Parts: sequence; structure tokens; C-alpha cells
Amino acid sequence: MPAAKKMGQQTLVFQNPPAIIATGTVVGTKEAEGPLGKTFDRVIEDPYHGEKSWERAERRLLEDAVQVALKKTNLSPQQIDFFLAGDLENQTEASSMAARNLGIPYLGLFGACATFFEGLAMAAVLIDGGFAERVVVAASSHAATAEKQFRFPTEQGVQRPLTQSWTVTGAGAAVLAADGNGPVLTHVTVGKVIDMGQTDPTHFGAVMAPAATDSIVRHLEDTGRAPTEYDLIVTGDLGILGRDLAEGLLQEHGYDVGDRFTDCGILIYDPAKQDTHAGGSGCACSAVVTAGYILQLIQGGKLQRVLGIGTGGLLNADAPKQGETIPGIGHAAAIERR
Amino acid sequence: MRVDFTKPAGIQRKQYRDFVDRISPKPNVLVNVIWAFLVGGLVTTIGQGLLTLFLAAGLPVLEAGAMTAVVLIFIAALLTGLGVFDDIAKYAGAGVIVPITGFANSMVAQAMEARNEGLVLGVGARLFTIAGPVLVFGIVVAWFAGLFYFLFR
Amino acid sequence: MIFAMAFVVGGLICAVGQLLMDLTNHKVTPAHILVGFVTAGAALSALGLYQPLVELAGAGALVPLSGFGHILTQGAIRGVERDGLLGVFAGPLEAAAAGITAAIVFGYFFAILFRPKG
Repeated sequence: MPAAKKMGQQTLVFQNPPAIIATGTVVGTKEAEGPLGKTFDRVIEDPYHGEKSWERAERRLLEDAVQVALKKTNLSPQQIDFFLAGDLENQTEASSMAARNLGIPYLGLFGACATFFEGLAMAAVLIDGGFAERVVVAASSHAATAEKQFRFPTEQGVQRPLTQSWTVTGAGAAVLAADGNGPVLTHVTVGKVIDMGQTDPTHFGAVMAPAATDSIVRHLEDTGRAPTEYDLIVTGDLGILGRDLAEGLLQEHGYDVGDRFTDCGILIYDPAKQDTHAGGSGCACSAVVTAGYILQLIQGGKLQRVLGIGTGGLLNADAPKQGETIPGIGHAAAIERR
Repeated sequence: MRVDFTKPAGIQRKQYRDFVDRISPKPNVLVNVIWAFLVGGLVTTIGQGLLTLFLAAGLPVLEAGAMTAVVLIFIAALLTGLGVFDDIAKYAGAGVIVPITGFANSMVAQAMEARNEGLVLGVGARLFTIAGPVLVFGIVVAWFAGLFYFLFR
Repeated sequence: MIFAMAFVVGGLICAVGQLLMDLTNHKVTPAHILVGFVTAGAALSALGLYQPLVELAGAGALVPLSGFGHILTQGAIRGVERDGLLGVFAGPLEAAAAGITAAIVFGYFFAILFRPKG
């Protein structure tokens, strides 16, 4: 028997599309100084967030984002069925520790920088499947924990390549519910892991663009929709270069996305003033831009229907040293105004 | 044609690599090299000033050289602690990485970042993340040089 | 004159390092650059090619990490002249002892004194 709520090869269609009833976004000062600065709920002035380590700061960012979102709904953590979260630290430490303090039943996720969209997909499945009434999804990243984990200590003298992106310091959370007001999640296309042989961990746009492309093409083919049926197609953290690569690859598949195609990593920083090179990246990039700016545009009626694609580069710190190629992944979610 | 998705995976990968190469910005080598030359020259000139000073103070050549290294290491370690070294290196690049200042920076930067992992497995161990390989390769080559000299002098 | 030579030779060595950083791919990190220079310096010194540069440029050749390699090799050679085979083992670190100790001690203290700014 074919799955009743699946369409085409990889797309899920929700019969009772869950609503995103509230979101919370917390960011660092660099993000607050960027073009989207006014769209975030909270800004932390101190990159340590009053804690003794970068890791503890990130964990608090994540907790804060969830608390901000819950406060808007007047819900207590006890009224939430599941907490789905992930980050980039080893074994998603920030999420586990935030979950410990929140006390909500927790499913830890790792989808690299695509984690927020992986969470949206899983939350919608839980809700539409009748397993949950309300689910909180969250993802975080911190420039310093990411540098420490994957690259060099923050005080080491290095020159960042022009292809490299800047990890967003922040956390985004969304409360999804079976009933309630807010933009709804109608479709999700779960991406495949796509490896186009890229090896450069300082060029993530190139790593992830083929995966983003694959998921967009898959989504459009599965649903039979044209790109023009979306007011905006927005990827997670391809950055300036990755966006152009994905646009080129989409053209090869016969899709002209042109002006309606952008990327959270492009929107969040001003590369001319902020020295961010290729743009923003990290779990928080798609999380804070989608949960903030994009959903605000939908709620304000400026956008009717958006296709968001969380993008992630799948690697650990050792894989590039071992000569592995770096694959990417993209999860697409169609979000509509209700 | 950027990538022909009807072709086998190997060809797609190659076409994609070429596409990535075409659109990716390259570092501005000339500007970077000029910065490295000027700042690197400045650092070694400061080193020469210290060396001249120590020689004038009556230190023998080898000891004067060693003291010069000690002072430069102190300055680089301090600038790293103050969070200034990485800002200089952003522009100066190899101008501060290749001199002994880069060696000191790599030790302090790694160790500072590991403060929360404790003094032994954090600071103590991570001092040698980059300094370790530098010492290993330098000492192994020097050891071979000494051995050949011993055997064939 | 020695100052001018220190500036030019030191600057040129760093410029070579910059070219190595910019013209190679992402696999060559600052750690590889440091290791490369110390190895090259130790090897050139063993071949007798580095000492002339030191005589020409003083700190211009000593301060770059290739100079550290040179000091290690010269330490091994002096060790052999003094102690024979034992000097092969003791010489390199004896010569570099002050620099290494300074780096460890200052590194340790500054690492516990300051915390990274990010």
C-alpha cells in the first residue's frame, strides 16, 4: 500500500498542515548589525552571554530562543509534547543541555546546518501523524564554537579565504501546533545526501549547492509545481557563491528561478561592511532568518507561499584530513500564509 | 553547459569542479604578498634591533639570538592574549605567521581556547597542537643532520 | 646596512610563505606553513646553505621559523663536535632551549591569564 501522505519520491504532504504559532530568535551583535538586525527578538551583547565558555553561551542562546518563543504563546514547557533540536557541537551538546534545562521530551537532531528544516519536517510529521499537539523546533550555532570545532582557535592568526562563510551566532526556535494561527507547513521534501566530490571545508557554498538543487528539483517534480508558484525560494546558508552555483545547476535542470531565489546567508550580513566574505552559515543562519524575517514577511502578507531549503555540509573535523569528500544535504519545506 | 546531469557521476563531478573554479574568487595574491613582505620585514627588523642591542650589551652571538627570540615570543604571546594578533594577521598573513611570532601565536591561541578543558588536558596539551608538529619535524631533520655529521665529518 | 638586509631578507622569506598560503589549496594550513619553514631551514642549514644567509641578513634569516630550524641543526652539529654521538641527541634542543622554554612559559601564563575574545 503506498503511503497516503507521500507524494512522488521524497515529498510529504500534510493533511492538516501544522501552523507555526510562534518563533523566537536570539542573535549576537554581528547579526544584529546586519541588514536583518531589527527582525530578531533578542540580541546578546557579550559573545560569552555571561557564561564561562563558548559552549555554555551557545546552550543558553538555544534555551533563550525557546523561552522567547514559548513566552509569545503563553505556553509552559509542560504543554509541549516534543522538543526537537540540534547544533554543530560534538554530539549536539548544546541541544542536549538546553533540553535538560527545559524538561521537554527531546529528540536530538543532527542535520548539520540543515537541522532547523529537518526539525520542521519531523515536527510536522509528529503533529500531522497525530503523535503530538505542539512541538518546539530549535537550532543554534556560535561562531566561536564552530571555529574551535572545525577550524582554528579564534585568536589564531589566519587569513580566511574569500570563499569562506561566517558562522552565525544565534539560535532560532519555532512552536508548531495542530491548531492555531500562523503560517502553515504544507509540504516537506526530505533531501538525499549529495556528493559532488568537493573537498574544501572553506567553501561550503560549493559543497551544498548540488544538494539544495537536488531537493528543489525533487520538490518541484514531486508536487508538479512551477517555481513561479512560490513567491520566494530561500536556501539556508549557501552564501553568495553557493546561491549562484545552485541557480546555474537549476538552469541545467530546466528551472529558471532568477529573482525569486535567495539565501538566508546572503540576507543576514552585509559583506561590504561586515567582512563576512561568502555570507552567513551555521545552523542558526537558516533558523533565525526563517523564524524571523521570512515568517514575518509571510505574516505581514508580503509573501504568500515560500519554499525554504535548509542546507547542510556533512562532515566532522577529521573527515577532510582523512581525504574524504564532503557531501551536502537539503531539506525543503513549503510554508504558506493562512 | 555547466553540469550535464545526463552524464555519468564522474563527469558531473569534474564539470562541477570546473564550474566552482570559474565562479570562486581567488585571493588577491599581490596585495597579500606586499603586506607579508612589509610586515614580515618590519618584524625581522625589530628582531635585528633587539639582536644589535643584546650584542652591544655584551652577550655572545648565540645567546643574543636566543634572547631576541625570547622577546619576540613574549610580544607575540601577549598580543595573542590581548586578542590583537589575529587582527594583525588578517592583513599581514605570512608576515607575522612565518616569523617566530607565528609559532608563539599558535601555542597561545590553541591553549587559550582550551582553558575550559582544564590545565592539564586543556591548556597543557593544546599548547602543542601546532607547536608539537613544528618541534617534531625540526628536531627529526636536525637529528639526521647531526647523525650524518657524526658519521661523515 | 644589516638592518636593511634584515628587512629585505626577512620580508622576502615571509613573502614566500604568503605565496605558499595563497597559491596552494585549503589543505595547506598555517600549521603546514610553520612545519614547512622549520623543516626547510633545518635542511638548508645541514647543507650549509643557511649560514651564509644569516651572515648576510642577521635577524632577517634568524627570526623567520626557518631560522629556528637552522638553530636546531647547528645545535646538532655543535653537539657532535663536543660530545660525539650523544650530541646528536642533546644538541638540537640545547640550542633551541631558550626559545622553546619562553614559548611554553609565556604561552602557559597568557593562556590562563586571558580568555579568547572571539
